Amino acid sequence: MIELRGVGKVFGQGARQVTALHDVSLHVPPGEVFGVLGRSGAGKSTLLRCANLLERPTRGEVRVAGQDLLSLSPRELRQARQGIGMIFQHFNLFASRTVEGNVAYPLEVMGLPREAIRTRVAELLSRVGLSDKARAYPAQLSGGQKQRVGIARALAPRPRVLLSDEATSALDPETTRSVLGLLKDLQQQLGLTLLLITHQLEVVKALCGSVAVLEGGRLVEQGRVQELLARPESRLRALCFPPLSEQQEPGSAGGQRVELSLTDAHARSPLISTLARRFDVDVLLLEGAVERVGEARVGRLLVELHGSPGAVAEARTFLREQGLSAGEASHG
Amino acid sequence: MGDLPRALGVATLETLYMTSVASVLVALAGLPLGVLLVVTDRGGLWPVPALNRTLGTLVNVGRSIPFIILMVAIVPLTRLVVGTTIGTTAAIVPLVVAAIPFMGRVVEQALREVDAGRVEAAVAMGSTPLRIILRVLLPESLPSLVRGAALVVISLLGYSAMAGAVGGGGLGDLAVKYGYMRFRVDVMWGCLAVLLVLVQLLQWLGERLASRFDHTRSTSSPSPDHT
Ligand SMILES: Nc1ncnc2c1ncn2[C@@H]1O[C@H](COP(=O)(O)OP(=O)(O)OP(=O)(O)O)[C@@H](O)[C@H]1O
Ligand SMILES: [Mg+2]
Repeated sequence: MIELRGVGKVFGQGARQVTALHDVSLHVPPGEVFGVLGRSGAGKSTLLRCANLLERPTRGEVRVAGQDLLSLSPRELRQARQGIGMIFQHFNLFASRTVEGNVAYPLEVMGLPREAIRTRVAELLSRVGLSDKARAYPAQLSGGQKQRVGIARALAPRPRVLLSDEATSALDPETTRSVLGLLKDLQQQLGLTLLLITHQLEVVKALCGSVAVLEGGRLVEQGRVQELLARPESRLRALCFPPLSEQQEPGSAGGQRVELSLTDAHARSPLISTLARRFDVDVLLLEGAVERVGEARVGRLLVELHGSPGAVAEARTFLREQGLSAGEASHG
Repeated sequence: MGDLPRALGVATLETLYMTSVASVLVALAGLPLGVLLVVTDRGGLWPVPALNRTLGTLVNVGRSIPFIILMVAIVPLTRLVVGTTIGTTAAIVPLVVAAIPFMGRVVEQALREVDAGRVEAAVAMGSTPLRIILRVLLPESLPSLVRGAALVVISLLGYSAMAGAVGGGGLGDLAVKYGYMRFRVDVMWGCLAVLLVLVQLLQWLGERLASRFDHTRSTSSPSPDHT
């Protein structure tokens, strides 16, 4: 549905050139929710904006719904854009228009008759739960309500593709959840193909089937969320679980620190008690987290093993064999 | 000059005539000028850098000429357009010429205040540049446009007094002829009072209209729910 091939983007000229994207290729099949992650300045927004040519790539190919966007005339491009909805971190609603007027805008662009616009707007507003705010102006709405208007406006022309640039980053956690829920419902009901940018693990967990990680304008990782999370060394995991603290606070004497990287299977087994029973070691939990992603659980823990040197060594071998120890903490 | 109220009344009407006709003409020319200054800029909706530079230079030249000099300098143009160089109608020509560049900048500034993200949203929805100008840029900047227009009209009022003093009629003419040359201090104060009231009125009207169109401040208390 969305296909980027060898997309590169260079801003500016001469000495002030900035290469925002290097040779990025990705494919989002119809109905898929595809997330793009990366640090600030990695090129996420630039990548997303290439998908509807708000930014023209300096090289490469952009195909959406089978159309080669770069080959279209300005007129054809405007037509194609009506089939690609977009929502924004700061909503970008028109302050001079009511909620109704905002949702009507893209329908006016399409040249629909007034009656048809009225019906469609009412239908959309009830869908996003804002029928009672039809006559309000954006300034009178909360952030979550504004984003709901943004979503209704983006979906008004019945696009098959929706682009989202940090759509929930300006919202508090509770509102984020409710907007994500709405997006998920709409995505499933309408079979939308969703390309979204986020830095919130929550968004990945709630929505994404696949993700790509950008670093310095390059795609450094791409794949299904579940598979990437299962791989201890994946960048997605690193982004999901911030590094364990480096503090060298003295552990209890004789302990050995081990960093454990749990995939779903590990998280479901009685790991700690197994260690204690089979190897006669005590296990101290120092730090870490276990997260639910869709149906699966993944986690990362820092533990300290106590016991006779032989028992501890055996326990560590066991952990290695189970594919659990991502790294052995250097000290202990 | 026994009939001060009457003379003041006539002069006020003349001033209103000059200012209002000039205002309409200035708005008609200044609005498209301001739009062009914005959209033809590099990175604008319709980038034509050469045109943008030319217009920008013309505007700067126009704005740097003192009004009193401009008035004299364009006498031939005035004669060509109106057929004469004295009287209220003749005074309108320099007024318009002087205020168009000013209005152009005022419009330009108002349009540039429109958040780029909204324009981008309009582009992403497949709008034509013309639609973006008419349905996004102008409506979104309406409050600033109205405030700016009030500013321009008030300046026109001041200029018109100057233009009137050079044989054009109106409050400026009256104040200079009687108040200054014949030491009729009461006439001068009368003219000043009328001008003061007019400026206040325009300012008040501009502010009222502007806030009427301004929907960026929440008028009702925002609802407490977060969804
Ligand atoms: N219009 C522009 N002109 C010049 N450089 C730009 C432009 N837009 C982006 N860049 C540069 O391209 C790089 C990528 O920017 P981009 O906005 O895509 O990053 P991002 O991953 O979205 O970051 P963030 O998470 O902060 O939004 C940055 O180095 C940025 O400075
Ligand atoms: Mg960004």
